Amino acid sequence: MTNARVANITQPLPGRTACQYRNKCWLGCPFGAYFSTQSSTLPAAMKTGNLTLRPFSIVTKIIYDKDTQKAKGVEIIDAETNQTYEYFAKVVFVCASAMNSTWVLMNSATDVWEGGLGSSSGELGHNLMDHHFRCGASGKVEGYEDKYYFGRKPGGIYIPRFRNIGNDKREYLRGFGYQGGASRQNWQRTIAEYSVGAELKEALSEPGSWTMGLGAFGEILPYHDNKITLDKNVKDKWGLPVLNIDAEIKENEMKMRADMMNDAAEMLEAAGLKDVHTYDSVYGFGQGIHEMGTARMGRDPKTSVLNGNNQVWDAKNVFVTDGACMTSAACVNPSLTYMALTARAADFAVNELKKGNL
Amino acid sequence: MNRRQAVQKVALLVGGTVLGAELFIQTGCKTTPKKEAAEAGAEVLPDFFTKDEIAYLDEIAETILPKTTTPGAKDARVGEFMHAMVRDCYTPQDQQVFKDGLSTIEKISKDKYKNGFMQMQPQQRTELLTALDKEAKEYTGTDDYKTKQAALDKEENAKDSVERSKGNFGYGKARMSKHYFSMMKELTLLGFFTSEPGATKALRYSAVPGKYDGCMPYQKGDKGWAT
Ligand SMILES: Cc1cc2nc3c(=O)[nH]c(=O)nc-3n(C[C@H](O)[C@H](O)[C@H](O)COP(=O)(O)OP(=O)(O)OC[C@H]3O[C@@H](n4cnc5c(N)ncnc54)[C@H](O)[C@@H]3O)c2cc1C
Repeated sequence: MTNARVANITQPLPGRTACQYRNKCWLGCPFGAYFSTQSSTLPAAMKTGNLTLRPFSIVTKIIYDKDTQKAKGVEIIDAETNQTYEYFAKVVFVCASAMNSTWVLMNSATDVWEGGLGSSSGELGHNLMDHHFRCGASGKVEGYEDKYYFGRKPGGIYIPRFRNIGNDKREYLRGFGYQGGASRQNWQRTIAEYSVGAELKEALSEPGSWTMGLGAFGEILPYHDNKITLDKNVKDKWGLPVLNIDAEIKENEMKMRADMMNDAAEMLEAAGLKDVHTYDSVYGFGQGIHEMGTARMGRDPKTSVLNGNNQVWDAKNVFVTDGACMTSAACVNPSLTYMALTARAADFAVNELKKGNL
Repeated sequence: MNRRQAVQKVALLVGGTVLGAELFIQTGCKTTPKKEAAEAGAEVLPDFFTKDEIAYLDEIAETILPKTTTPGAKDARVGEFMHAMVRDCYTPQDQQVFKDGLSTIEKISKDKYKNGFMQMQPQQRTELLTALDKEAKEYTGTDDYKTKQAALDKEENAKDSVERSKGNFGYGKARMSKHYFSMMKELTLLGFFTSEPGATKALRYSAVPGKYDGCMPYQKGDKGWAT
């Protein structure tokens, strides 16, 4: 078990204040203490003087040149004026988030490939993944009633994957990690002794027992039939086709969920917690908000959309470096991996450009 | 259904099962002030409870969480809060149960205490609501409830499978409503402890803690953190 590694700074950086322990990261941190594009990478990019931002621009397709077998640029719709514009470039990086990047590819070069740019392998749109969760265990800790805390730390604890590692062999493939934390109960607890009145209010105004919970995040395997497709009938406000999503978890994940609950309960019990109970609040595909896959990398153009440098096999100057490129989901939070892959692909692209290969 | 309404519906699904609901359901329930909304051409929700009924809800809430050395539910205008939540975030079925609950409370008041709830002494109100709290806690364990729930589940599961066989996986199964007093108590707790007086005076609140101390001394009687 380790402290959760979170993207909050504890020391100020230029233009960013250290974390204030409000635990409101998800609202968009006004202190810039929590990493975000707005607090961190955009200002850095602006500073280079090489960035032009064009907001309200919906990329509708990549302009593909049959003769050179490369992309020439992109076509966009201005979301406010509905005007169409074209922009040209030597290299195109597609980072519209997993499903939207694939949406852009599906809408591109359809005169050459009916299923869009990158569809020649038959894998574009397939192998959609997420992390399945909403199950685990929690329990009560006796004692420590003379201890409390100050401030709201924006992260709890993490237990890395331990199943199907080394000699451990389970009835399913891959595994899961735990995120969790301990706190004292608040006013939302039920108090059996009091029903209504001053005593109830006083009791709820004080913290309750210490509790600790562990929630698992499990890997979903890449299944070909978990897929997204363009809807032929439903169009959005700009006349663009919306995505159909068709995905489910299968037997491997269901078997894993039993361990995700029971392992947590066993560890809490072994640690001396009382009233340990397991829960499975049922997972619906997508709830993990870690959608990935649909334009996977690979070694063979017959079975993958991208090569090992995130280049679309069918148009080498098009790079897809977000969650779409993932071949498997692992069980950890994904965004650092996307960022690392993006940095690696950008470095590769620069070198290839310099060598005149793109 | 516009996005706002969709958010409210989802929030209710999520919040419906948890005591007091999760905090974020509040953000899903914000209604634009009427005048502004009307000017913007938006649909304006009709008022749900009358002023008198809101005052009545305030008294119920105050009985649950009375003013002591710290503020009570009325200081946090919990009556108005319940009004907004029931109007904007409850299903029609739950709205009806809640409304009927008010009439039931008034009837018990008249039968047992020979007075309207508003005219009763605080002591009598506490006695009445204590009895209702007991009834509410036992409600889902009663044979009557269990029989009804089993029948409803059967019916709804059947409807769900018919829908599924037609390829519709989005059928929302109807469920049993909670006891009306559970609704009132949950909304009172949620409204009070997340309000400014509740969070800052009954509990402790620090908007910008600035540091974290994971092990600080605590003495019985010290207030809990609001967030
Ligand atoms: C609530 C929440 C919590 C999360 N927490 C974590 C976490 O703790 N750790 C973690 O690792 N991950 C987390 N994730 C996942 C993480 O947010 C994503 O993995 C990450 O944001 C993906 O980055 P991205 O740049 O690929 O896509 P995005 O951040 O979604 O950026 C894509 C951008 O492309 C734009 N775009 C889309 N289509 C087009 C188009 N056609 N034309 C032009 N622009 C377009 C979008 O407007 C958007 O600005 C969380 C996600 C959510 C929703």
